[in-house]
Amino acid sequence: MRLPPQSGERLDRERPLEFTFHGAAARGFEGDSVASALFGEGQRVFSRSFKYHRPRGLLCCQGTCPNCMVTVDGTPNVRACVTPLAAGMRVEAQNVRGSLDFDLLAVTDKIGGPFTPVGFYYRTMIRPRRAWPLYERFLRSVAGLGKVDKHRGREGRYDVEHRRAEVLVVGAGSAGREAARRHAAEGRRVVVVEADPTLLDAGEGFEVVHGSAIGIYEGGLVPVDAGNVLLRYRAQHVVVAAGAMEQPLVFPGNDLVGVVLPEAVRRLVGRWSLKPGDRAVVIAADAEALDTVGFLEQAATEVAEVVDLRETRVRQIAARGRTGRLASVELDGRKVACDLLVMSGGRQPAYALLAHAGARVEYDSARGIFLAAEIPSDMEVVGSAAGDGISAAVPAATYNGAGGKGKCFVCICEDVTEKDMKRALAEGFDSIELAKRYTTVTMGPCQGKLCHVPSIRLYARENETDEATIGTTTARPPWQPVELGLLAGRPHEPAQRTAIHHRHEELGATMMWTGTWKRPHSYGDPAGEAKNVHETLGLIDVSTLGKLLVTGPDAVEFLERLYPNRFGDMKPGRIRYGVLNSDAGRIMDDGTIARLSEEDFYVTTTSTGAGAVVEWFEWWNAIWQLDVEIVDVTGALAALNVAGPNARELMARLTDLDVSSDGFTYLDAKHAQVAGVSSLLLRIGFVGEVGYEIHCPSPYGEHLWDTILERGADLGARPFGLEPQRILRLEKMHILIGQDTDSESNVLEASMPWIAKLDKDDFVGKWSLEHVLERGFRERLVGFETESGVVPLEGGQIVIDGRPGGRVTSARWSDHLGRAIGMAWVPPELAEEDAELTIKVNDSVERARVRLRPFFDPDGERLRS
Amino acid sequence: MSFLLPCPNCGPRPVDEFTCTGEVTVRPKGAPSLRELTDYLYFKRNAAGIQREWWRHRHGCQAWFVAERDTRTNEVLSVEVPAKR
Repeated sequence: MRLPPQSGERLDRERPLEFTFHGAAARGFEGDSVASALFGEGQRVFSRSFKYHRPRGLLCCQGTCPNCMVTVDGTPNVRACVTPLAAGMRVEAQNVRGSLDFDLLAVTDKIGGPFTPVGFYYRTMIRPRRAWPLYERFLRSVAGLGKVDKHRGREGRYDVEHRRAEVLVVGAGSAGREAARRHAAEGRRVVVVEADPTLLDAGEGFEVVHGSAIGIYEGGLVPVDAGNVLLRYRAQHVVVAAGAMEQPLVFPGNDLVGVVLPEAVRRLVGRWSLKPGDRAVVIAADAEALDTVGFLEQAATEVAEVVDLRETRVRQIAARGRTGRLASVELDGRKVACDLLVMSGGRQPAYALLAHAGARVEYDSARGIFLAAEIPSDMEVVGSAAGDGISAAVPAATYNGAGGKGKCFVCICEDVTEKDMKRALAEGFDSIELAKRYTTVTMGPCQGKLCHVPSIRLYARENETDEATIGTTTARPPWQPVELGLLAGRPHEPAQRTAIHHRHEELGATMMWTGTWKRPHSYGDPAGEAKNVHETLGLIDVSTLGKLLVTGPDAVEFLERLYPNRFGDMKPGRIRYGVLNSDAGRIMDDGTIARLSEEDFYVTTTSTGAGAVVEWFEWWNAIWQLDVEIVDVTGALAALNVAGPNARELMARLTDLDVSSDGFTYLDAKHAQVAGVSSLLLRIGFVGEVGYEIHCPSPYGEHLWDTILERGADLGARPFGLEPQRILRLEKMHILIGQDTDSESNVLEASMPWIAKLDKDDFVGKWSLEHVLERGFRERLVGFETESGVVPLEGGQIVIDGRPGGRVTSARWSDHLGRAIGMAWVPPELAEEDAELTIKVNDSVERARVRLRPFFDPDGERLRS
Repeated sequence: MSFLLPCPNCGPRPVDEFTCTGEVTVRPKGAPSLRELTDYLYFKRNAAGIQREWWRHRHGCQAWFVAERDTRTNEVLSVEVPAKR
């Protein structure tokens, strides 16, 4: 069905491409779009409309209207007219029940009109309320565009690229190119973005990038949709040369297959050598559309009549069709047979991008167009987008014919008719912004490119005022349809791995996230691993702990201001546990502070809190300006904790340091060679048994790990993961920040009053903690054990008199104790040893007893031994 | 928000490289009354206009600095690294 080869056609007739449409073999050429290939195969109906399931064919042929949207290789809502054809494509039509030519739901068009006016679902489908899910399912299945295949995996990969340009020109038409040349001649680096693949030739001094700008954001940020890549351009200067959009006329049957905008004719004939129809009528309200006559003649389409609305007054235009296809047009009652109707209501400059950037939009009543005004200083607008070359149209002609018999579509995307708009007005939605929200006009895939101006004109006419008074709705990005994948980008989930990560994997550990770190949950036997710590010797990788060096003459002063503890009285070589508080008295993080020398402190934080603590320290010192340096050595150092009755024996084998209970006592910190590695040894433990934390340079982490397992093999050395550590910690009633505490918790109510030295002059959080004392406690964090041995759910409720009165934050079964233990926030009056708690577990309740002292080794004798 | 923020060390950078901890407040001296304390902790000015704020170039030089920003336009009028005493 192609014309003989035409000069300037974009086809490579030597290279045919095979594809399928609904499974049937079809053929096009290199250079075809999906739509032109289908058109060449004789396809005229491309989709069924959003609401009424009316047959729809090519209308704009430039990626604006929804009519040619198809599903290609499983991807829905592909605009066929601007998607290059590729061999092997599987193309399918959308929103069709039955077939494109016989859609079962087209009945809504025949009988639905009176029953399904605008907003009908707000009014008619509200009773009974519980039936709404049914209604909704039905509505969603009959209305809409393509369907996302939920079972289809993500095949494509989307990426984001950050780019810079001194000058970014949107649009490579003649005006855009002229502006690009001008800026390039002045020595600026110019990039032009253009969506139309026929306009991509690079120019002198500038590059042309294939893609479409989807908006202009502050700071000269212009995201460009370039297929599977989102190009985030930062430009110092943006030139908008986005052209103008042909506007449709509104008359009965203006959506029939065969009613087209002028550009469709230009492209079908000029690019793809297709004959757009046999007999055509051209109705134009402006001069620019009249050039289509030449294209029609080139395609040997008989031009039955050309109506120039600027000269000829036609009061009643109506298109009549059979089975949705154009058969004739009535001009004031005079019937002209035709299968192609080229309509043009004039051209509207594409101002939306400028409106995103803050430009005002004003109406040029002489020409009947909206133009951007008060352009931001780092932008300019050129060409048709600025209104250049747009001759005066006859705006009033937009509605010649409206009111006649048959549906007049204002909005093709959402099937909003002239009648719907009038009804919205009658119901009181008298501003154009309200009309938009009620009728959804301008909210479809074209985003108002074809319906914004007609809807404003209709409101102006019905309100007997002018377009300037009605005004525009707010333009917001995206200006072009964008795939969600493009906005989501490639998922970036960077994982931090410790120096010993690969050993954990070799040992079969189940890895889990803690913050951005990957850590072993367990090595397959949490209970056994915990038991091993109690009985012989456990080893855990704690490299993820945040590690900071705080050093300088003011280090003591600095830490004393930040922590509720005292540090001045601490001897070098000693360690204290500290809790960081916000000035509102809330717990932020906890860890240990080791004094290495007069002016050097080694601070550890939780695994997830390191970044926040560094930021917190540096922020306060930006205010205080104390003479102190803060160095984050988290990644530089690996850390291992060995714990258990055999830990001391192991350490004696690995180091020359005197590790006897007198030589290296609980809460001591010492430098030593451990397995030949310079390390910092901390005698701390939060698992209840004698423990040593060995901090060494990361590169030696694996060596140390291997050595410990090797030299400790006969001592029972075995790694343990986070889950056994949770059990062991809980036995000692050590709180886990973020698990047992939340953003409201403070150290007093969390039952650690000894932390806060309220007799200090000042520390961050002091005043708020004093206030907590004044107002009295509202809750307390306590331990509990259930009587039945059932382990309640973490997050479960404490029930008091049938009402929720507290919550469980941690709960585990301890094999070692033979009890189910946990921590919970309870009302202060229940924070008494042996107080009875009722905990909701699924549908039943469990009785539990409050415990205020550690479940295991309450006096810390084992730990300190 | 996609404006450029002039880092005192690195120059204008996209705002998503930074963290903002809100307007600059003054910590009361001595023992504040409950009203002074809650004013300091919770009652921010939240100005529609020029506001002094703490920013940190988290994904850059990591410096803390104070920026004067017009909250209506995101225009940054000045940036300043707190001076050493």
